Order: sequence, then structure tokens, then C-alpha cells
Amino acid sequence: MISSQINLAFNKCKKEKRPALLTYTVAGDNTKKKSLEILNSISNHADICEIGFPHNTPIADGGQIQTSSYRAIKNGIKMKDIFQIVKTFKKNKKTKPVILMGYYNMIFQYGENKFIKKCKQVGVNGIIVVDLPWPENKLFAKKCKKNSINFIQLLSPTTSKPRMKKIIRDSHDMIYLISMLSTTGGKLKVSPKKILENYNKIKKINKSKNLVIGFGITSKNISSFKKADGCVVGSEICKKISNSIEKRQNPVKNVNYMVKNLRRKLL
Amino acid sequence: MKKIKKGIPLIDQHNKNGFWGKFGGNFIPETLKKPVEDLTILFKKLRNDKKFIQERDYYFENWVGAPTSFIKLENLTNYLNGAQIWTKVVSEANGGAHKIYNATVHSLIAKRAGKKYIVGDTGAGYAGKMLSMAAKKFGLKCKIFMGAKDIKRQKPNCDAMRANGAEIVPVYTGSQTLVDAVSECMRYWVSNCDTTHMCVGSTVGPNIFVKICGWSTSQISKELFIQMQEEFGKIPKKLILINCVGGGSSSFGFWNEFMHYDKKQVMFIGVEAGGPKKSKRHAAPLTYGSKIGILHGAAQYVNQNTEGQIEETESISAGLDYPGVSPLHCFLKDAKRAKYTAASDEEALSAYQLVTKLENLNPSLEPSHAFAEAIKIAPKLSKDTIICVNSCGDALKDRDILRQKLGKYK
Repeated sequence: MISSQINLAFNKCKKEKRPALLTYTVAGDNTKKKSLEILNSISNHADICEIGFPHNTPIADGGQIQTSSYRAIKNGIKMKDIFQIVKTFKKNKKTKPVILMGYYNMIFQYGENKFIKKCKQVGVNGIIVVDLPWPENKLFAKKCKKNSINFIQLLSPTTSKPRMKKIIRDSHDMIYLISMLSTTGGKLKVSPKKILENYNKIKKINKSKNLVIGFGITSKNISSFKKADGCVVGSEICKKISNSIEKRQNPVKNVNYMVKNLRRKLL
Repeated sequence: MKKIKKGIPLIDQHNKNGFWGKFGGNFIPETLKKPVEDLTILFKKLRNDKKFIQERDYYFENWVGAPTSFIKLENLTNYLNGAQIWTKVVSEANGGAHKIYNATVHSLIAKRAGKKYIVGDTGAGYAGKMLSMAAKKFGLKCKIFMGAKDIKRQKPNCDAMRANGAEIVPVYTGSQTLVDAVSECMRYWVSNCDTTHMCVGSTVGPNIFVKICGWSTSQISKELFIQMQEEFGKIPKKLILINCVGGGSSSFGFWNEFMHYDKKQVMFIGVEAGGPKKSKRHAAPLTYGSKIGILHGAAQYVNQNTEGQIEETESISAGLDYPGVSPLHCFLKDAKRAKYTAASDEEALSAYQLVTKLENLNPSLEPSHAFAEAIKIAPKLSKDTIICVNSCGDALKDRDILRQKLGKYK
């Protein structure tokens, strides 16, 4: 069996004895062109790039990602542009895994099958659907797998152990652990130690799955998670884009510097 | 086409994934799976718990003030010279609207769940006002999420919420109305579901919230069913129950007990908000054929663009100003059990003027939409036809809008 690009990325990091760095940016923030530039530049430091397809009634996003999303929508981002961004990006960075992340209504309106087909065409490696939990996502996850796309299951501090086991059984190469009870970008209100306890509990159930931690991870606390398979930083990057625009600075340069620094902190 | 089953409450006619036909379900983040499941188990237990039912009935009777009256609007009937116009004056309920039923039940559930905090969304401010009242009554700390635009246009209800000790959290995102308030409230619950109970203000949201709300507001039709038999000796041969529909909590509650009647005998008409006559925007997804989409955790007919972005609505009535609608109503539309239509801002306003001129009744802008439909169809109907309109809210909260639009309030 050929290993997925996502798996390969994790394997490479494991060899280098460090967690994978995953970044999240919103497609089209603040323009199509700029968001592609940002992606191109941060992918020099990030191991996997999550790209958000923005929705205007997000029920799990905090202020920073909401701001980025509304900005992208206001600037006219459409599904077809998002696929175009991925396609162009993958042309230059063939092996860099891309994960699309968003809300189910966008996929539902596009058509599940058509969406997956398009993802495959442009080179998407994984999909996260925030509001399509297990077991409702079983069918969609299967369709993804059939097309060699990773469907990424989420686990939360509220997920019970029996449920965890079932979700892990149905998961693919990567699982996303939500660090705490929070929307994206909340202040880390539990200690990294506590989060890692939960992390280890999950790893014990199945060691082979790549488990990443997200929500509330920033430059300040990321080095506490060196033992994890991966860390996701999203809101801090979105905030940097907002600040850069506000200060009339170049977001590409600022975000690139930030992600470079994040990577350094994981070493 | 889906059929309504007899002998089972409509709120229970969903499949194991929480769908009524194509509508409803649980499109929620993983974090909310557990609290939603806990609430589902607790509600199932409580609705079969005699003590809980006794407690609910006690508060409905002694605190909410059940039953609300059922009266004939003689002057309006004579003026329209067709079908008889009756009304269920649900606005007599403590606080001035039907939202008190759902708020009371949610507060009682929160107590049983051992939660100290309760949060809720509001559009017209009634759901928020009632939740603040119930929270105060039952000793819960309360936060209400409300769009900044609605805070401005529904000041009297905001004053009431604050007087009851609730904190109003203004929501500045999107259109700054109900849709954004519900989103923000759900986001707050995602972060605080370990200590906090969430009350969704209408028959919308993930499956369990639709059920709890529908179960609570059904008190309206339970009362009406008895009152009709007392008044007419039976359920009339030609009965039309007209109700405004925003999220759909009052209309569902107004119809539930009559669900199993043939629609030729008991007809349901839901009136959505058509918005300003000159505007393309509306809050009437059922009437204007909006596509199915996902909003606030449930599949429903919802105003959206081809990409799946939820569209902004426009209505003079904050309580109806919502792009989606209850999965129960989507189901009733597809099963052809209920008929849905819309009234414009202007039609609602002139209905308000006519009703208040002729009758000692002060319906808010939401039920004024329902009265607009009654006024439209009554003259064409026979005198033995009984039209009953749910006057589900009092217009005090609309004081500022009415003054501005009509130059006076009462």
C-alpha cells in the first residue's frame, strides 16, 4: 500500500524527533492572491497546511477565525476559487499535504460526491468537517477513503472512552484532538499537562494514528507540546493577518516570520 | 412524501439520527456530542417522570398563568363579514408571550441537571426576557445573546432582562440579528458546556432542542383543545388555525394537539415574514422555496446563496427575522399538513392597526403577520368557518417601531 502524503509528512517529523507543525489559514484571506502567497511562504516551515473554506455562520470558531472568514467572504471568495488556490499551490509544492477544513453546509450545497471528486482532482489530502461528527460522518468518511483522501476525525475532552474507541476505529491516518472546551483560538484554560494526559490516553488506544493537538495553541505555549505527533496553530496566524492589514504591513512577511518561529519552538 | 404517523407525537417521529424526513439531525461539533446526549437522556427521563410533570404544571398554572383565554373577536368578525375570527390570547401569559413555556421547562431541566448557569438567544427579546424571568425564579445565573440591531429595536424587553438580573451579550457579527445571536450562543455553549445549560429560544437547533421547545409550547394547543370543546361542544367542522412562523415555536405549539385531524377539518396556516414590500429580502424560507441547508445544527429550508452562505433577512418583526425555520415545519410542509404563506411588513402593520382599532387586543408585530392573513381570507369564507389566530405576543416591546412607523403607539 502506498502511504498517504499526510502519513509521509508525520514519518519525516518522527525521524527528526519533533512534532509536525500544522498551520490553518482561511482561503481568500484577505484576497485570493494574498492567501496563496501566504500559503506558499509558510509552507516552507509548516509540515501540513490546513486551509479553511469560510462559512458565515460558524458555530465552533472564535473571533480571530471569524474575522478572517468574514473578510474572505466579503472579498468574494467562492468554492471554485478555493479549489484553484489548492491546485496552484500543489503545483509548486507537490508533496506538501493540504487539508481542507470547514462546515458541512458548504459541502452539502456543492454536492458531496462532486466535492470529493474536485478535492481529489486538485490534490487535497485530507478533509475536516467541523459540524459532521461521528457516526453521522461514517458515509462521507468512507467516500473520502475510497478516493484516497483522509477524513480527519475530531476528539474532544467531552468524548467518552467507549466513543473514543469507536471513532478511532473509524479514523484514517490522522486524528485531531481538541485541547479544551472552547471555540478555536480561546485562551488555553487547562494546563498542557492535563491536555497531554488526555493525549496519552488516546495514544494508548491506538499508537499508530497520528494525533495532533489544536485549539488555543500559540507561540507562547507550543513548546509544551513537543511530545505530540503534531500541533495546529490557526487563530494566532489569522490574528497576525488582521493586525498586519490594520497596520498596513505586509501580512505575507509577518506571517512567514511567525510560522518560522513556531517551527523553531518545536525543535 | 413523508406521512405523519398517528398516535405518536410529531416531536418523536424522527429516526435514530434525529431526522424528521430530510430535516433536523445533529450537525454539531464533537465537543457538544456529550452534552447533547446527556440532555437527551435527561429529557427522556423527565418527560416520563410524574413529579417533573406535576412541577411543570404547577408553574404553568400558578406562575405562567395557564390557561390563557380563548375569545371571539366580535368586531373584527362583523367588520370582515365572513368567517368567525377567534383568538387565543397567549400574550396574557406571564411576561407577555409564548416564550415563557420553553424558558420555564429549560430552567426546570437545568435545575435537575445540576447546572448553575443558563444561556439563551433572543431576537424580539421575548425568549431572552422569559429566560431571565425563569432563571431568576429558579435561582440560575443567566446570560442572553442578542444581536446589536435587535437590542436597539426591542428596548423594552432589554430593560426587562436587565431588571431580572440577566446579562445581555450584544452580538456584532453578521447581520446583528437573531441568526447571529443563536450562533454566538452556541459558540458560548461549546466553551462552557460543563457548567452551563443552553436554552435554544425556538423549535430550532440540534434535534433535542427542537423537541424540548415543541414539547413545552404544546401547552398552547392543549389548552385550546379543551377550550374549543367547552365553547363549541366539539372541535368545529371547519377550523383554521393561523399562526406566524419565525423559528416556529408558537405555531408548532398552537397546532400540536390538532395534528391528527384531517386537514380538511383542521387547517394549519403558517405566516412567515415577507419583509418590506419593495425589498427582495425576506424571512420566509418556506413560502419562497428556499433550498435545504444546514443552519445551527439542523437541516432545514434556509435562505442561502448557491455557495451555502446563509443570507441576511429583513423583517420589521425581530421575532420572525430568521433565515431558517424549524425542521418540524419543513416536515409539515413536505407532508402537506400545513400551508405556509407570507405577509409583508406593510400588511402586518395595517393588520395591527385594524385589530387594535376594533378590538381590545394589542398583538405584537409577529402575530400581526398572522392577523394579516386572517383578514385577507376571512371575507371569502363561510360564517360557520372558525378562524383562530394565536396572538402569541404583546406589542409593548414594539412601542418604538410602531411610534416611528405609525406616528403613535396606542
